[in-house]
Amino acid sequence: MQTGRALPQSVVETGELLEAGDYVSDTALATAVFLSLKLDRPLFLEGEAGVGKTEIAKVLAATLGRRLIRLQCYEGLDVASAVYEWNYARQMIEIRLAEASGETDRTRLGRDLFGPDFLIERPLLQALRSGDAEPPVLLIDELDRTDEPFEAYLLEVLSDFQVTVPEIGPIAAAVPPAVVITSNRTREIHDALKRRCFYHWVGYPDARRELDILRRKAPGAPADLSRQVVGYVQKVRELDLFKLPGIAETIDWVHALMQLDAVALDPAAVNDTLGVLLKYQDDIARMQGSEAERILNEVRVELAAAGAA
Amino acid sequence: MNGGRLPENIMHFGRVLRTAGLPVGPDQVLKAIEAASAVDVADRAQFYWALHAALVNRRGQRELFDQAFHIFWRNPRLLERMMSLVIPTSSVETGAEESEPLARRLAEALTPQETGLREREGDEEVEIHAELTWSDREVLRAMDFETMSLAEQEAAKRAMAKMRLPLRPVPARRFRLHPRGRRPDLRATLRGAMRTGGDFVALRRRRRLRRPPPLVVICDISGSMARYSRMLLHFMHAVTNDRDRVHCFLFGTRLTNVTRQLRQKDVDTALAGVAGTVEDWSGGTRIGASLRTFNRLWSRRVLGQGAVVLLISDGLDRDSGEGLAQEIERLHKSCRRLVWLNPLLRYDAYEPRTRGAVALMPHVDEFRPAHNLDSLEDLAVALGREPARRQEGVSEWLTRL
Repeated sequence: MQTGRALPQSVVETGELLEAGDYVSDTALATAVFLSLKLDRPLFLEGEAGVGKTEIAKVLAATLGRRLIRLQCYEGLDVASAVYEWNYARQMIEIRLAEASGETDRTRLGRDLFGPDFLIERPLLQALRSGDAEPPVLLIDELDRTDEPFEAYLLEVLSDFQVTVPEIGPIAAAVPPAVVITSNRTREIHDALKRRCFYHWVGYPDARRELDILRRKAPGAPADLSRQVVGYVQKVRELDLFKLPGIAETIDWVHALMQLDAVALDPAAVNDTLGVLLKYQDDIARMQGSEAERILNEVRVELAAAGAA
Repeated sequence: MNGGRLPENIMHFGRVLRTAGLPVGPDQVLKAIEAASAVDVADRAQFYWALHAALVNRRGQRELFDQAFHIFWRNPRLLERMMSLVIPTSSVETGAEESEPLARRLAEALTPQETGLREREGDEEVEIHAELTWSDREVLRAMDFETMSLAEQEAAKRAMAKMRLPLRPVPARRFRLHPRGRRPDLRATLRGAMRTGGDFVALRRRRRLRRPPPLVVICDISGSMARYSRMLLHFMHAVTNDRDRVHCFLFGTRLTNVTRQLRQKDVDTALAGVAGTVEDWSGGTRIGASLRTFNRLWSRRVLGQGAVVLLISDGLDRDSGEGLAQEIERLHKSCRRLVWLNPLLRYDAYEPRTRGAVALMPHVDEFRPAHNLDSLEDLAVALGREPARRQEGVSEWLTRL
């Protein structure tokens, strides 16, 4: 692991830090990230699928040289899989051994059995107890997929950076980890949790930023193709579709077109690869054919005008 | 105010509150008298909060108490009449400062006889304008559901109080300690073993927790539904306040989310909030467009965890069902169960012939009436039962299409 880098001291530095990790941010996002790092508060990122929420945490960990600890949320996530678990098999063997060796002191056995040796750390506890010089980056991904009780449990962890294991007592972080929480908004997260965080809505990027992202994420793509793809996706996002394509889809689409050896967009290529961009049959049916061609023509005209200017 | 008569006044005040629907019993009145004598009654604020502390025990009762207090303890003439318990009428000062509309049931509680009665008394003209305590806009728009009389409302409330709409719980992914569970709970087992020092290990068990799924109510408030919408709003209020994960939407020509307004515990405040938010009351219906808005903006946010959807509509669509089929199909596919409540089903001879109904019918799981309290109670029973396969509830209707 590379040595940890110092925290950025300004919004501009934060933007540069993210850019060093190939993440193109805007001022709003850089400000939210900067404040969250500076003031030790969690960063709460909400947005549509595929706009790069999770990526922010990964890039932060990579550029700051810190360990990334990821907690993927799902329905029914409980303390045993999120915070800690006792190693039951070892505990049982220990009881058997104590029996065999004639150990009869119950208090001592209890202390031994529920000691740190038998504790299996799960992501939240790992993040609080990491022995690293630099605190880790804790990514709590897709929090909306858990249920409300877990969210309530997180309140204690996120406000005091402390968890309580009944057998051991409270365990507090020496240095609080940088926390990034993401949500796809499949349900509303409670205000009490949001209150503790810096909130940022990750939206779709504008054309300039999206082109910049493509340049970094698909460096092999012909420049013309990238420009056309970005222009096209930007137009598609203005349409009244059920699911608008995210940045991840744009990147996938460029890769797909490159695999098909396309150097520029043409109606046939668009129709064949629409499934990469749109993921709902209604949306695809609407776009296929004349609509796809109309948008393509618009993009061509605009790019030609921009090129001439 | 005569200190010697204060206890009596407080008793009458308690009676007014009770008539208005607050659960104020004799013990609370005694408590209030005690509280009032403990504070400086000359200080209005102290007196107010003393009575408040003694008589109010829920957040939702506060608005009603506040209004009752200011009316009751301001007009000494009113008070005198109250004390003599001959209350033919009373004065409700609607001065400039009285901008808050007086809750209808409070107005009725203060004037047990018919409102609108005029009476001259000495030099003061005492008039009751229960209806003028509403602003004109609300009279025009909000009266539809808020004109409920005290008696009706009480009866409905008693019935609604029983209506819990217990959705059949579905298995959650979480476990809980249970003596007859299927799976061993090793953690509890080992902790239990520690009590005996490991000599004796009793196996503890756990089983899957069950919890009711989220509920989403989408209710039509167009002109053709006006007679029912006010009743159903009370129903929605009761259900919203009973449990978590309930979301309510109203639509006429456009969709409005009224969940936050309905979460208010006090039904008057809640419905006033709804009336203030909704702009397309008793107008036309655009079911397709409204469901489209729901699908695009809300379905992913409120249907995420396998919700049961109640669609309350008569299926009469101004857009004659345009675009409705696709939207209802999408809604049907994104929820656990879609129940269509149609007040028109009160007619035995009802046939789903309108374009809206024809578009809706193939994509609902159940088709039920919603025109009286009975049908709503039946609904609660039906939703608590083991659900049939999807669309089984409408198979008979589908053959009639």
